[in-house]
This record gives sequence, C-alpha cells and structure tokens, in this order.
Amino acid sequence: MNSIIAHELVKTYDKGAVRALDGLNLDVKEGTVLGLLGPNGSGKTTTVRVLATLLTPDSGSATVAGIDVLKHPDEVRKVIGLSGQYAALDETLTGWDNLNMFGRLYHLNSSGAKKRAEELLEKFSLTEAAKRPIRTYSGGMRRRLDLAASLIVKPKVLFLDEPTTGLDPRGRMEMWEVIDDELKNQVGGERLEITVEANQIPEATKLVEQVTGTKPSVDNGIRKISAPVSNGSASLIQVLRLLDDAKIHPLDIGLKRPSLDDVFIALTGHVAEVVVEGGANVAKRK
Amino acid sequence: MLQNVSDFLVITKRQLLQMIRIPEVLIFATIQPAMFVLLFRFVFGGAIDSGVKGGYVQLLMPGIFVQTVAFTLAATAVGLAADMQKGLIDRFRSLPISRSAVVIGRTVGDTLQNIVTLIVMGLVGFLVGWRPSSGPVKVLLGFLFLLAFGYSMSWIGVLIGLSVREERVAQNLVFMTVFPLTFLSNAFAPTTGMPKILQYFAEWNPVSTMVAACRQLFGTQNIFGATANSWPSQNPILMSLIYMVLLVAIFAPISVRKYVRVSK
Repeated sequence: MNSIIAHELVKTYDKGAVRALDGLNLDVKEGTVLGLLGPNGSGKTTTVRVLATLLTPDSGSATVAGIDVLKHPDEVRKVIGLSGQYAALDETLTGWDNLNMFGRLYHLNSSGAKKRAEELLEKFSLTEAAKRPIRTYSGGMRRRLDLAASLIVKPKVLFLDEPTTGLDPRGRMEMWEVIDDELKNQVGGERLEITVEANQIPEATKLVEQVTGTKPSVDNGIRKISAPVSNGSASLIQVLRLLDDAKIHPLDIGLKRPSLDDVFIALTGHVAEVVVEGGANVAKRK
Repeated sequence: MLQNVSDFLVITKRQLLQMIRIPEVLIFATIQPAMFVLLFRFVFGGAIDSGVKGGYVQLLMPGIFVQTVAFTLAATAVGLAADMQKGLIDRFRSLPISRSAVVIGRTVGDTLQNIVTLIVMGLVGFLVGWRPSSGPVKVLLGFLFLLAFGYSMSWIGVLIGLSVREERVAQNLVFMTVFPLTFLSNAFAPTTGMPKILQYFAEWNPVSTMVAACRQLFGTQNIFGATANSWPSQNPILMSLIYMVLLVAIFAPISVRKYVRVSK
C-alpha cells in the first residue's frame, strides 16, 4: 500500500503571486522514509502542511494512509503524527502535562493517556524532567518532547518538518539518534540470524522459535533463519545451547542490528539514496 | 457529541493547570482589579457626590465588575495569539478533535478564571463598603450576568487572537479598544458631562447597559445612567441580554471558521 500519494498539488500564496507548490506528485510506499530536500522557500513545509490537513491546496488531490486528505481530513488526523519546525508545546505546563493533554485529545482514556505519557517520557529520556515546566527545558529536550507528542497514537504516517532546526550540533545529533531509533523500532529492530545445513533447517527453526517466541522467517536458498529479538545476547546464548544439545552446528550465527541503510535496503530493495527533488518535481517556484 | 465535550474540557483543563503551574498570572490578574477598586473608591469616591445610599462605592462596584469581565476579551485574544505564535494551534489542528473544541475550551477557561477574579473583587469591595441590597438571589443573578457578558466578549477575543497571531500585537490592540469602551460609559462617572455625541454612544454602549443592569440587580439606583429616557437605559437587562446573544451569534461562527482556516 502507498502511505502517501499526492497528485498535481498546487498551492499559491498572495493571490497567486507565489507558487509554493506547482503540480507536486508524490508516491510513497508504506514502511519507507522519504526525505524532502530543497532550499528555503521551495515548498517543503507547504507540502507537509497540505498532507497534514493544515492547509487546503488550490487544486490537486492527496491521500495519506489511503485516506483522502481533502474529503476526510478528520480521518487523516487520526493516523498521522506531526512535529514541526518549532516545539509546539504549552510552555507553562510540565512535560507530563503536555503528553497527557495530547493523549486525551487523541482520545485515549484517562489511564491510557497517563500510561502512554510515562512510556514516551521514559523512551525519550525525559522522565527526570517530567514534572518540570517546558520553559525550563533545553532546546533539544523540547524537540524530543515534541516528537514524543507526535508519536502518541503510533501514527501510520509521521511528518517531521526540519526537526533539528535551531538546535546546537549536540542537540542535533541527539535528535537524529532518537529519530533513528524510532525508525528502527517501527520497521524492525535487532534480529537473530543463523545459517545451517539444509537438512537441519526445520529443527533449527523450531529451536529459534522456542527462544524468540516469534515465528522465524526462513530463506531456504541461503539456508538462513532469522527472527526478531528483544534481549539479543541472552537469546543468542540460549539458542547456541539448544543447538549444541541438538547437535546442530550452525555455519554462521549472529545478532544483526540494522543501520538506517539496512532499513532502506530491506524496505525498498535498493540502496538508500538521497532523493533531491528541491528544484525538480517536489516543488517548483516560479 | 460526547467526544466534543470531552475535547473542549481537556483544553479548559489545560488553562486551569496553567493557573496552578504559574499562580503569578492569576495573582496579578486579581490584584489589578482589586487595586482599581481601592483607587477609584478612595480617589474618586471622595470627590464625587454620588447621592446614593451607601456612597460612591455602590455605583463603582458594578462599573468595575463590568470593566473587568469586558477585559476577558483581552485574556482570550492574548492567550490565543500566543498559542498561534508558538505553533500550538497548528498542533491542535492536526489532532482528531472537533473544529470548535480549542476555541470553546479557551472561552470557557477564561470564564472560569473570571469566577476567581470576581470573588476576590467582591470581597475587596465588601471590605471598602460595598453592600448590595437586593438579596442573595439577585446578587447571584448579577454575578451570573457578569460571567455571561465576559463569555460573550471572549468570542471577540478569539477572532482577534487568531487574526493578529502575535501576543504583543494582540495586547496593544485589545487595550486600545477595550479601555475606551469601558470609559465611554456610565461605569465610573455620569454620562451627562460628556459631549452630546459621546453621550449617545455611551447610552448604547454594551458596557453601559451591563453596568446599569448590574446596578439594578445589586439594588443600587443607576444615577450615572440615563439622561434621556432612551430604550437601552430603560431596559438595561433586556438590552444587555440582546447584546450578549448578538455577540455570540456573530463572533462564535466567524471565529470557528477562522480557526478552521487559520495557518501560521
């Protein structure tokens, strides 16, 4: 399925004097990461704002997660997360207050919103600052919380509009690490992979399933069995013991932690490339 | 429908939380009107021969109450402009909530804030000699009237806040409009001293009809009001109600429309 389809989107400002989007077409596969690159004023933010239902285009159409952006914006809002160029938070409230409030607005119930707030604070290393007002946060902390707020309902499509603008180099790095982790979580984390002789595949598969608790995927051609694991090294040792007991000697065994590049390859089938579309068909500005 | 109610309550709750998290805001919002009560009571109170039983303070309190709730417009406008500026409105607009939840939540929140302010002002007024003489039911009705007026003014604030998009601009704009509106009225002094054209304006000014209505509900003769026997000064309660209904009927739909289309 396509997570985003845009067809001939046009958006002008100042009564047509500025053409921010001039017939934009996008086709984004589910489970992929699309980066929009382009100079200031090339229409990147306008694109995000149209797709996130904040802005109505002059013409054209778009669907997000299969839902028509113009016809059913309310439905689109249920499945997207948006984190903009600045931290859009209530500065007087605490980090916890903010996440709890947004959780309620995403229609989680009272205990659900609280639980999600705590999970996200933990995940983004903000638990210690949870009870402090946002105005005491550093720029990097604000952005992390802003990102957390956009992940409350585990969105099908996440829009990040220059999530590191205005951060110092260290803040930038931290932010990208957080986003990187999040992407890996969404599209697959650490995996246990073993290669065995062909005749041992069925039994080894059973053992791997026993340890990891999930059905492993098996590639008979390269005789590789792999399954996602949460506690990598413990699972690895356990599998090794069981294999040894069963007198199976793997040709290769290891933990694989995907890099962002692996994720790209796994999902798109080719090497990650930076799609530079600033001057081309993403946004033309006359 | 139920979902809509819970959405705006979340927004209202946010404002109440703000009051708890930064109590200074509420404290200053309360000190200012209390200070006004004291200044007017002791600066003008001595100079103006009111001629009503209980002295100038009986006329003053309804005037100051109305002025204070009229400024709800300012609180709403500045609050929303700040939310616009920070991009918070954008975030709200990207959430699956009804299009009116944020603005209704805001106006209700600002009205709740008024309750606290009015209680403090009433107490300060009582300390300096304000004695409403109409009995508890009418006094309560008077306060409800004030809250309703504040609420309807708040809707003008929504439109201003969403239109100017900047806290500072909103602040200047509302002070420039609300201050003259509250002084070109019968709130603090008789309108008879004004030039004819201003008298006419003051007569129809919603602030005047509100003050006259409150004086009536609190049991004080409105000697600052009518020179002519104009309809608004004859029927201040009805006229005020009409104004409130008009304000909400006009500004609520426009403001919600504005919210739907607004874009940072």
